[in-house]
Amino acid sequence: MHTMSHWTTIKRVARYGFVGFIRNGFVSLAGILIMTITLFVVAGLMISSAALSSVLKQLTDKVDVTIYFVTDATEAQIMDMKKTIEALPQVATITYVTREEALAQFRARHKNDQLTMQALEELGGNPLGASLEVRAKETSQYEAIAKYLEAQQASRTEAGAKIEKVNFYQNKTAIDRLTNIIQTSKQLGIAISLILGFASVLIAFNTIRLAIYTSRDEIGVMNLVGASRWFVRGPFVIAGILYGVISGVIVLLLLYPLTLWLGPGSERFLGSFNAFSYYIDSFLPLFAAVMGSGVALGALSSYLAVRRYLRT
Amino acid sequence: MIYFDKVTKIYFTGTPPAVEDITLSVDPGEFVSIVGHSGAGKTTLLKMLFAEVEPTIGAVYFGSHEIGKLSDNDLLKLRRKIGTIFQDFRLLSTKNVYENIAFALEVAGRSDEDIAGDVPHVLDLVGLTDKIWNFPHELSGGEQQRVAIARAIVNQPDVLIADEPTGNLDPINAHDVVEILKKINDLGTTVLLTTHNKSVVDSVGRRVITMDRGRLVRDDKHGKYSL
Repeated sequence: MHTMSHWTTIKRVARYGFVGFIRNGFVSLAGILIMTITLFVVAGLMISSAALSSVLKQLTDKVDVTIYFVTDATEAQIMDMKKTIEALPQVATITYVTREEALAQFRARHKNDQLTMQALEELGGNPLGASLEVRAKETSQYEAIAKYLEAQQASRTEAGAKIEKVNFYQNKTAIDRLTNIIQTSKQLGIAISLILGFASVLIAFNTIRLAIYTSRDEIGVMNLVGASRWFVRGPFVIAGILYGVISGVIVLLLLYPLTLWLGPGSERFLGSFNAFSYYIDSFLPLFAAVMGSGVALGALSSYLAVRRYLRT
Repeated sequence: MIYFDKVTKIYFTGTPPAVEDITLSVDPGEFVSIVGHSGAGKTTLLKMLFAEVEPTIGAVYFGSHEIGKLSDNDLLKLRRKIGTIFQDFRLLSTKNVYENIAFALEVAGRSDEDIAGDVPHVLDLVGLTDKIWNFPHELSGGEQQRVAIARAIVNQPDVLIADEPTGNLDPINAHDVVEILKKINDLGTTVLLTTHNKSVVDSVGRRVITMDRGRLVRDDKHGKYSL
């Protein structure tokens, strides 16, 4: 018996993989189509989950608790209060807005509103107080912070007495609702991803299994002439990998015009998220996920499908 | 060389055995025709030789090895020493004639040079040199069977198993196939042939084993078809 070098075997298996892929053109086409759809779902899930996170982050950033001070509060008193709040574990950031800044912001906001501007002029001086904008690490923590501030205000300490109002309770319903929406959409997103991902993997797996089912007699013949397991299985696994690679390239190429087209719309609708910028910025992880799942799915499906018909 | 030792095969418990208590030995270089009606157990007997079917009772030996006890790897080597042809040809439909034959050499690990030399040689032996690049569906039944024979003998097997090789062929093609089998046998290969074609058996004129309902009923050194 001649000893077979592994290199010769690998070469032969690879050649049969490619040749089989081309000769079974119609079956390969079906495999690629299904795989393309599956990988589109994978890429779509990645992009929409990025969009969702971006929107959620943006919404979360908009939520804050603002402490308005009376106009005669001194900077030292405000700084004192700021230090106390900073010590709270739930607090992420605190922004100090001085009276002058508040006035400038007010002017900027109402620059087209003649009436308001006139009223401001007539008042003379600066009617606005300084404020502290407090952001929590989680939206659910605002309530605790607000409660603390309320207690400060009630305690009538030197700084506490200078608090004019805490705007949390005006925002409370909005914040509560947002907290709910964020929680639910996160869970819903995960559930939908899982279901869609599972369904498309199953469909791709079955298509490849059907493709190999048509070759079951051939597999039997290969067994009969004494082909080893990998000699039979190898070409199918290679064809499966080819399905994955080709579909992956198709998906990544199609995503370019698609995200380019969706880009402006997504930015208008979602605010900070632009699908095209995401495609460009996250091309590497996108490439890795699409190609990786394509190759893994193709190879694994072929491997498992052929195993059924092997008789050695 | 081949020895069946009190072999019985029952496919499903409760059904009558497909093969019952067969003891039989075949010497190197013999040409053995196994005849009998459909369901007499001929095919089951042959399948046990290349381990597609395992005996329920008894053992089958190839040389000094008991087939049921071979490792997967040794089983592959055994199959490369046994050439097989069937009524339905069993060619690889997505491979052309050259590749079908080359495949048997490739799985045995032969070099590309050997393969390029052996395939035309064996195609010449079965008279199909001009069809070397055709695909199976472009060939007639007789031609397909000759490709199958070429594939079966290209590894120079010790034994050629021919299970109803003429079953799908017209008398002229059947005659050609039998002539090729005789030629292969003359070159030293043991041939095991099953058939229920009287004229095939009579034209071979060698040892004939007759089976009926799983049992071996006759074993004639220079037999004729008699049922």
